[in-house]
Amino acid sequence: MMQAALWLVAVLLALAPAGIALSMQKRGSAMLYGACLIVTTALVGIALLNLLDPAHPILSATLPVGLPWLGAHFRIDPLAAFFLVVVNFGGAAASLFALGYGRHEDSPARVLPFYPAYLAAMNIVVLSDDAFSFLVAWEFMSLTSWALVVSHHRKAENVRAGYIYLLMASFGTLALLLAFGVLAGGSGAYDFAAIRAAHPSANVASAVLLLVLIGAGSKAGLVPLHAWLPLAHPAAPSHVSGLMSGVMTKVAVYGFVRIVFDLLGPPEWWWSMVVLGVGGPSATLGVLYALMQRDAKRVLAYSTIENIGIIFVGLGLALAFKAEAMGWVAALAFTAALLHVFNHAIFKSLLFFGAGSVLNATGERDMEKLGGLIHRMPRTALAMLVGCVAISALPPFNGFVSEWLTFQAILLSPQLPSWGLKLIIPAVGGLLALAAALAAACFVKLFGVSFLSRARTPLAAEAREADRFSLAAMFVLAALCLIVGIFPGLFIDALAPAAKAMVGNSMPHQASLEWLTIVPIAESRSSYNGLLVFTFVLLSGSIASVAIHRLASDRLRRAPAWDCGYPDPNPAIQYTADSFSQPIRRVFGTVIFAAREIGEMPPPGSAHPARLTVSVHDLVWEVLYAPIGKVIAFTTEHINILQFLTIRRYLTLVFVALVLLLVVVAI
Amino acid sequence: MTLLRDLVSQGAQMLLVLLLAPLFTGYVRKLKAQLLRRQGPPLLQPYRDLGRLMRKDVVLAESASWLFRVIPYIIFAGTWVAASLVPTFGSGLLFSWSADLIAIIALLGSARFFLALAGMDAGTAFGGIGSSREVMIASLAEPAILITVFAVAMIAGSTQLSTIAEFMGSSAVGLRVSLGLALVALIIVAIAENGRIPVDNPATHLELTMVHEAMVLEYSGRHLALIDLSSHLKLLLYVSLIACMFMPWGAAEPHAGNLALAAGAIAYIGKLMACGILLAVFETSIAKMRVFRIPEFLGAALMLALLATLLRFVSGSL
Repeated sequence: MMQAALWLVAVLLALAPAGIALSMQKRGSAMLYGACLIVTTALVGIALLNLLDPAHPILSATLPVGLPWLGAHFRIDPLAAFFLVVVNFGGAAASLFALGYGRHEDSPARVLPFYPAYLAAMNIVVLSDDAFSFLVAWEFMSLTSWALVVSHHRKAENVRAGYIYLLMASFGTLALLLAFGVLAGGSGAYDFAAIRAAHPSANVASAVLLLVLIGAGSKAGLVPLHAWLPLAHPAAPSHVSGLMSGVMTKVAVYGFVRIVFDLLGPPEWWWSMVVLGVGGPSATLGVLYALMQRDAKRVLAYSTIENIGIIFVGLGLALAFKAEAMGWVAALAFTAALLHVFNHAIFKSLLFFGAGSVLNATGERDMEKLGGLIHRMPRTALAMLVGCVAISALPPFNGFVSEWLTFQAILLSPQLPSWGLKLIIPAVGGLLALAAALAAACFVKLFGVSFLSRARTPLAAEAREADRFSLAAMFVLAALCLIVGIFPGLFIDALAPAAKAMVGNSMPHQASLEWLTIVPIAESRSSYNGLLVFTFVLLSGSIASVAIHRLASDRLRRAPAWDCGYPDPNPAIQYTADSFSQPIRRVFGTVIFAAREIGEMPPPGSAHPARLTVSVHDLVWEVLYAPIGKVIAFTTEHINILQFLTIRRYLTLVFVALVLLLVVVAI
Repeated sequence: MTLLRDLVSQGAQMLLVLLLAPLFTGYVRKLKAQLLRRQGPPLLQPYRDLGRLMRKDVVLAESASWLFRVIPYIIFAGTWVAASLVPTFGSGLLFSWSADLIAIIALLGSARFFLALAGMDAGTAFGGIGSSREVMIASLAEPAILITVFAVAMIAGSTQLSTIAEFMGSSAVGLRVSLGLALVALIIVAIAENGRIPVDNPATHLELTMVHEAMVLEYSGRHLALIDLSSHLKLLLYVSLIACMFMPWGAAEPHAGNLALAAGAIAYIGKLMACGILLAVFETSIAKMRVFRIPEFLGAALMLALLATLLRFVSGSL
């Protein structure tokens, strides 16, 4: 089985050079994406076999590649199996979508070779069982995704996004490299089994935690390390955007969980405070940023930051309960986080695919130039609607279940003895509740402005429905959103082995409960039955519909919109994305984004138009990144003189350096 | 036999809330009118309005999509299911475990999500203004009620409404500061969520001040009837919620006899009448706020709820 998994990953790697040849051919992209679809589906199968069979042995293998005499170690334990499912399911969905979407690619030679390599890299990160392979695969994942981000390199903003991404990715890898360096210590043990057995001291473990939070957190998009994410994710072709947001951020979560929960040993009590302190603000700020955007793909990218925040809140709670040896609550929080990992991978891929289909049909990502797409693209609209409801954490879809479980874990936290946690957890709960409500506002805006209302441009009015493959991919994901939402017990049970391995406990078995209810602790405490809620809503809606149509009236007339007697045929009269979020910008944005609105009225009698200027600042960028960028630019400019010295001066420099070194050695 | 009885009482609850909801709205309207020394419409007027609307043709905007026609049924179904999961005359009904308080609030959130979408669908300016303001109000009201629920759930040790009601009815509660704060927060949220004065005026037809009415401006006929009925249900739901959590007296225990159920029903009607009087007096004695004062009003609820939760974290007995 292990061999089969490695062989399949090798096939993906081999497809990369084949991509160069295939990109010349007419049907090349279909062949490549078809091959990727088959391979990733097979990998999902292998991972599921590992995850669902409780008696399955943990697989491992050592390959004679990588460092000489040491080889590369690979291993599939329940945690890796779960993330393999996420990676390859996302990969399979993206490949299916790209079977149709990829045909419209202008420069396939810039996408096709990197796509399978990117999939392979994410797989190897999850499979690897030593620090060296992990870091090499991590960097390979960054580089291949960077190549995909700059694949449409003629747009200046994409090149800038790629540059910032590359910088941040290198920075993140550096932090991880240091983390593994500290973990390995003097002994130089670099395979995970040795690190796990070593039990680092408290100081070392704390340093590693912070480094991992920076390294994996920057890849996952935690605030304030998120700045690259909303630039880079939308720049890539849409199926790759879906992979980056839905899957690659999850690989980063995997990195965090693997190191902090598995390799570091028992946690200190204050670790959870750091994780919660980063996760809660990420959730709220991410969605507030998303609300300020008008570019559909950028909204989705910012909402990824929100969801990563929710996942880290779950992980932080799990750490807190694990540190206090309250295993059963830790299992609840950990399962909630993992379930949200899976859920977010599904609906974020779905939403990016929908945005991609719209981009394909209209050439627009700007919501203010869309509108009325539900008439022209009814199937895409339906799938997108499911995605929007699911990501807004509304029942009976899947997003609600994982947030509900996280809330249940929060409700058990008064039992924690630490005072710091007692103060921080209510605040984090508040931030999470705020994020959930704002997410609903954000996705009302996304769907309402681009799919509902009237077409704002001729391009939107003449959009064509997406192709069969794209629709198939979206509908598979949308169906899964509903299935996880109404049968959550089955998915929670599947996560039990991973929770058992990481926090030493697992949630009680759910699938055997009557009516497929989920009961995290005890029935008197809390229970939720998605199936029953869904059935009730469906039944009462249908009964109302049938009864009213039979007994009262079923007639319907079409007429111009009423609009209080002043309907205007001009589509510019409608609410736009910016005007929709204006009240929220005014309530939350004046502090967080220093948002200002300046209205200029012309003097009486003047024929000039009035003007409204809105300014929104990204304070994180201006306070944190811009100064660092300035310092770096200043130093590089001054060091640049060194490039234009004469040979004598270079020799003097070398001499001075040598003398200095000798002095240092002597002392 | 017990199953049948449980099924009947669950069904009775569903029908009860559906039939009682318009009456309660009519009752509050009548009270408000009489406080203003007006005659007011008859108590049964909401039923007549609903019946008349249901028999009328639907006039649908040309730019409206299929979603616009489905949304009234979704909103009605979601609100009805949520309303029938809140205990009224008795706790521990057959399906009360299928959704806890968080899920009930999320169900209402689903209904609101679709209502806001409906406002955007026809592509009119008023629909947009309504949706945009509604999501702004919701973005503060929803966290406020969730945190209130946190506070109450931590005290009662459960998010199940039936368990909370039983706990609140027992002597274990005592007098707690956090519960008082939670009650105030819940009332503020209930006022905002139902579009009552001072947040929104249910009787207004002045375009620029409308929130809820602006969103449903394009609806007519049976669609409008369903949306109106959902608003009645939502008002009844919030009153029942406050009654079941903070006035748990008289409600029947799980698997109680017929006599207890009847007593519970009488107690429930009494609570509704008391709450209706309070609501009418409050609404007539206060003026509507400007839209951008609402965040401050709701922000107060949010802070009170957070304070209640924090108190519970700090001390088990506050």
